[in-house]
Amino acid sequence: MRRIWNAPGGIHPPDNKAQSLISGIGHLPLPEKLILPLTQHVGTAAKTCVLVGEKVLKGQKLASANASISAPIHAPSSGWVTAIEERPVAHPSGMSAPCIEITCDGEDRWIERVSYPDYQQASALQLRNLIANAGVTGLGGAGFPSAIKLDGAAKKHIDTLIINATECEPYITADDILIRERADQIIQGIDIISHLLGRPKTILIGVENNKPEAIAALNLYCHGTNIEVVTFPTKYPSGGEKQLIYILTGKELPSGQLPADIGIVCLNSGTAFAIKRAVIDGEPLISRITTLTGEACGINRNYEVLIGTPVSHLLRQNDFDQDLCSRLIMGGPMMGMSLASSEVPLIKTSTCILAPSHTEIPDDDPAQACIRCGLCSEVCPASLLPQQLYWYSRAKDHERLQSHNLFDCIECGACSYVCPSNIPLVQYYRSSKGDISNSLADKATAAVARERFEFRQVRLEKADNAREYKREARRLSTEQAKLASPSAVQSTGSSAADIIKAAQLRGITKQASPEQQRAKLERTLLAAQMRLDEAEQRLLQVTNKGSADQQTQQLASVEAAKRKVEQTTQRLTEVSH
Amino acid sequence: MITLLTENTMLAALLALVGLGTLFGGLLGYAAERFKVGSDPIVQQLDELLPQTQCGQCGFPGCRPYAQSIADGDAINKCPPGGQSTINAIANLLDISAPSLDEEHGEEEIRTIAYIREDECIGCTKCIQACPVDAILGAAKLMHTVITEECTGCDLCVEPCPVDCIDMLPVVKNINQWQWSAPANHADLIATTASGIHEDAA
Repeated sequence: MRRIWNAPGGIHPPDNKAQSLISGIGHLPLPEKLILPLTQHVGTAAKTCVLVGEKVLKGQKLASANASISAPIHAPSSGWVTAIEERPVAHPSGMSAPCIEITCDGEDRWIERVSYPDYQQASALQLRNLIANAGVTGLGGAGFPSAIKLDGAAKKHIDTLIINATECEPYITADDILIRERADQIIQGIDIISHLLGRPKTILIGVENNKPEAIAALNLYCHGTNIEVVTFPTKYPSGGEKQLIYILTGKELPSGQLPADIGIVCLNSGTAFAIKRAVIDGEPLISRITTLTGEACGINRNYEVLIGTPVSHLLRQNDFDQDLCSRLIMGGPMMGMSLASSEVPLIKTSTCILAPSHTEIPDDDPAQACIRCGLCSEVCPASLLPQQLYWYSRAKDHERLQSHNLFDCIECGACSYVCPSNIPLVQYYRSSKGDISNSLADKATAAVARERFEFRQVRLEKADNAREYKREARRLSTEQAKLASPSAVQSTGSSAADIIKAAQLRGITKQASPEQQRAKLERTLLAAQMRLDEAEQRLLQVTNKGSADQQTQQLASVEAAKRKVEQTTQRLTEVSH
Repeated sequence: MITLLTENTMLAALLALVGLGTLFGGLLGYAAERFKVGSDPIVQQLDELLPQTQCGQCGFPGCRPYAQSIADGDAINKCPPGGQSTINAIANLLDISAPSLDEEHGEEEIRTIAYIREDECIGCTKCIQACPVDAILGAAKLMHTVITEECTGCDLCVEPCPVDCIDMLPVVKNINQWQWSAPANHADLIATTASGIHEDAA
């Protein structure tokens, strides 16, 4: 028996898991439309590689990874791309985000699948690329792209692989049912990961002891392998990565470090299953197990849903009663988010849709003053001081929040759960985290602005100096010229005066008397009229036997002559008045 | 020499003091050169706290001159883009009490960014010359545009534009920039004051 450690803090909320475990994994009829947000993972949004109107097959790549931390998205069923636009998505803000909409054709026809049943022959890089191209992300809730996690781990020495099958949050049973029904495939997935990581010494599957059937299923398939199933007492939130690592190995992950830094890789059991699908069956991540539960739903059970299925489609199939429902929650009751609309799609990280009744999860009571009871610090799994953080958050004291390790808070909600004054502590922490990240971003932009401003100042100064220098140089050169040949200067001076005089004279001579001007104009007019006559005659000739080009040319010259005549007549009338 | 010194204590003391003075003077002189501080560090720190919009609403041509002026004893509440949080930060740094924003210099507003209505731009380059952070791109008689990532929202380009084709529009937050807001209502104190308990008792 492996030794297990007791993680600090934690709570024991009613687990409410039995109701959704009565029946096995269900399947839904194909929805009419699937909506696929481009961001279903931690990191940069994927980049679309299909066009509106394009016909796509099941498993075809719709959007590719766009940055170092990103994951591609595939078509969950065959059909047409009918829109690429902003749609409401599951996000606490209730805002919209870019999505690809697919109208299903009902055929559900697969694209050609490339599978690697003999993965033992494949290199780590090949496997990693397969997993990356299949768009596999962590299915436990955070959604970090698995290939990148494994990549980072492959660069370090990994001696322990931990498969997280804890599923500590109340209501959710997606991992439990998946293990019960498909433990063999999960074990295959674990073997692929183990091969990719160079066969770590220890492979552990952590399961809470409230899942006896899952434990039995795992033990059945792990028998004779080096995979060890470790059970431990149920406590929320044992399923947090740091908490599980501590429970299983006794190692505490230092603040700001990754499990790979201490030789550990931690993946969810659902992710192991998705990796098996990706490698052995050549199927990208296009479906997942999602728990549908809560008193407002007639049927509580787990479904294998296509990614992109609207929540409303799931609810319609299960006698959902809108009036009974207090709010729709995606994820569990502790860490999940309320949905603004039931039209949002299920994504890769949607573990659960919870539709509780008003009595099941009532609306929050108004917050009261903190009575400094200290319960929150007793239950904090990260050993933080929630009460201190609360005061600092209210005072917006960012420095102290950081020195009290606000960013180690996993937002599990245990502190808010036990708070006798109903203070929404986690919301304070989330808002402070946002404030701090924003102020850091502002600092960065301010630094850029400062740099640009200073660069501009320097540039303007340089330009000023250059102008000043030129002016000085000109002044000096004229002075030097003066000193070198004063006579020359004088002569040029006199010649300049001469030039001016000459110009003035020319001006005077040009100013002829009105009679002379009129005579001149009359001569000009006469010449112009003659030219016009000539041009008109030539035009006549050309119209009789010339080409079109010549005609237009002549027409233009006639026009010009006419204009000249007009101008001269006008000048003449002006002069005579 | 030694006998001379031992016999003339006055001279010895004088020499010793002059020697020490020269030695320490030399040391201090060397240290002053060796560990020279280029600019006033407090100005640097103040400049770090200012928002770097370079808008000049404080009456100085840019953030650094205002930082210098604060270091010389000017009021710290002349920066509307920084708002109360900047005032608090400066007050914290200088260890003085934080005044509220001096509204003579403007009010704290939501962050905006300049946009040029490009159809109407005549290419006069006046806004380019006004921009303190070189965030406007263009050439004479050619359309200008604002590099939105670099725009600090200082407003300085709006006034010189002869055809009024520059708009200051609020920065739109997308889903990635969204953040949780703090809970709106919080109970401040347990009612122990006269208005609470005593009235109930009466």
